[in-house]
Amino acid sequence: MNVPDPSMPEPHMPEPQASGTHGPVPHVPDTQIDGKVPEVETPEAKTAEVETPGAVISGAETPEAKVLDVTGLTIRTDQGRALVSDLSFSIAAGSRLGLVGESGSGKSLTALAVLGLLPPGMTASGSVVLRAATDGIGTEVIGATEQRLTGLRGRAATVVFQEPLTALDPLMRIGGQIAEPLRRRRGLRGAALRRAVEESLDQVRLPEPDRIIRAYPHEISGGQRQRVALAMALACEPALLIADEPTTALDVTVQAEVLALLDGLVAQRDMALLFVSHDLAVVSAVTDHVLVLKDGSAVESGSVDDILRRSRHPYTRDLVDSARHLESALERIVR
Amino acid sequence: MSERTTDEPTTDEPIRDEPITEEPTAVELTKTAPDTGEEPGGPGRSGRPGAASVPVRRRRSPALVAGCVLVGLIVAVALVSLFWVPYAPDDTTGGRLMSPGLPHLLGTDKLGRDLLTQLMTGARIALEAGLGAIAIGTALGLCAGLAAGFATRWLDDTLSTLLDVLIAFPTLLLAMLMVAARSASLSSAVLAIGFAMTAVVARLTRILVKRVLAQDYITAARTSGTSWPRVITGHVLPNIWPTLVVNLAQQFGLAVMTEASLSFLGLGAPPPNASWGRMLHEAQATVFTAPTGVIAPGVLLVMLVVGVNLIADGLRDALDPTRRRTR
Ligand SMILES: Nc1ncnc2c1ncn2[C@@H]1O[C@H](COP(=O)(O)OP(=O)(O)O)[C@@H](O)[C@H]1O
Ligand SMILES: [Mg+2]
Repeated sequence: MNVPDPSMPEPHMPEPQASGTHGPVPHVPDTQIDGKVPEVETPEAKTAEVETPGAVISGAETPEAKVLDVTGLTIRTDQGRALVSDLSFSIAAGSRLGLVGESGSGKSLTALAVLGLLPPGMTASGSVVLRAATDGIGTEVIGATEQRLTGLRGRAATVVFQEPLTALDPLMRIGGQIAEPLRRRRGLRGAALRRAVEESLDQVRLPEPDRIIRAYPHEISGGQRQRVALAMALACEPALLIADEPTTALDVTVQAEVLALLDGLVAQRDMALLFVSHDLAVVSAVTDHVLVLKDGSAVESGSVDDILRRSRHPYTRDLVDSARHLESALERIVR
Repeated sequence: MSERTTDEPTTDEPIRDEPITEEPTAVELTKTAPDTGEEPGGPGRSGRPGAASVPVRRRRSPALVAGCVLVGLIVAVALVSLFWVPYAPDDTTGGRLMSPGLPHLLGTDKLGRDLLTQLMTGARIALEAGLGAIAIGTALGLCAGLAAGFATRWLDDTLSTLLDVLIAFPTLLLAMLMVAARSASLSSAVLAIGFAMTAVVARLTRILVKRVLAQDYITAARTSGTSWPRVITGHVLPNIWPTLVVNLAQQFGLAVMTEASLSFLGLGAPPPNASWGRMLHEAQATVFTAPTGVIAPGVLLVMLVVGVNLIADGLRDALDPTRRRTR
């Protein structure tokens, strides 16, 4: 276990993500697959080993603080079967990474493990360091106390889930659900809270705020529900937004709208984004760098262009092919 | 049931309100969102196609109204009995087994006591038994159920086994033990019924909590940093509440029935506190000569039990916004 000298700026470590391409410039969410010259850099690079669970890790000396640093993440069931093995990646503040893989490859588990929210019975080993961008202080998630994690969730990272109908409390009005993070994060009450909720709805372009605020989740459409879920996540003002197949449950036209919205809002706020999807075409619409997951292991990583043109793994090529199919299908629908 | 709290932007809690309150107006939901071009309800995705296109209008369920009327009558009688009854409960000056008429409106029993007086006192005792048992059962059962629902495997298994034993334990035996340990009184009966109910409520709560905890919205709430206490009060309890309340209403009916049975067997409130169950017991020998002594408490017992069950049915729909438009 080599604990690095904190005074050294880790010279051996290449910068995993080129974050320059993900500034506040909104991405155009056409599912463009072929494109620019890739900046090939692998996110595999191993960073500092952090041993103490819940330890406070200073990130001030790194030139660009990582909001998420995953090293050797392994997730096991209580029978000992590994569902995710030895996964390593990191995301710098304001940058984006796509996590691609077929259904069941362990993407959602990875997303949950990042927040210390694995289903009961599952255990994670390795290292997951979350860092709320503002203070530059990292926290080891694995082994951290529930209290510590509660303080970290929402602030450092939060998740938008695949199925907005089940991710919203069916018996709580939409207004109340959006108000919850606003109240907690910004300490708002009363009329100010009400105004903030309306602003949140406006940001995700939901019309008729008065109706939506009083509505229950089953009373609005699927696309509107996902906008609400997005508004709730943004209300947490996280350093990292994890989007776990946020558009998979939506139909194609709504999918494109929600994707564009997510893309724009994340760029506007300079949030980091971990975008999880089985669909390379969708991923390529919001991020340039991807990590390909198969049966819980990283198969390939690099820029989308690189993966598309020179994918080394047959599994990746399958994903690419299905993405191409979908893209042409999309074009037929849209045009 | 009909008072409502309208959300004002100026109140402290402008957003969240109780699910029981009514909509101030029928909310217009028929308009399609103009900017998004999305179909309300989402084609085939919302699980309830077209649900959102129907204006939300609350209809008071007939079952709820009927139940409230029946139970309301009994409650009114019980309240009156606190201040006024025609005769003293132990007044045996009337003739024996008199028929309904004057001065004893419903006649007298075999000791010459006024039947109406006993029925009115019985209403109070029945309600006290039901409410007392519910209070004990809910307080203990909810805590035990929540504990089991959140517990680790080992503690959960232990609690579940305990609950199964307690559920299998006959209430009658529990009541006899209670009477042996204390005395034959209303409070002994209520304690026995309350403990028996605790097991039922705890088991139901445990299942409901487990089911809710497995839902995505709990994980979603936790991903945004909601603390466990807030998850429980904000999401778990509101989501188990509708099912629990309906069950508690049914349990109330059962508790009233059980108290009557225990009193029938002499394990309830001692004389002169007339319980309907003891009235039935005392009148059973004279069913044919003085049928009022059996019919009157029997009818009241049925009224109360049917009433609370009707309320339970009505509440089922009223408390769950996703079911409001199903009929
Ligand atoms: N609660 C669970 N209990 C047991 N196995 C699970 C659970 N959740 C997911 N898995 C298994 O873990 C694997 C990865 O699941 P997941 O991360 O949901 O995949 P993905 O999101 O990539 O589709 C799958 O094989 C799935 O069967
Ligand atoms: Mg998944």
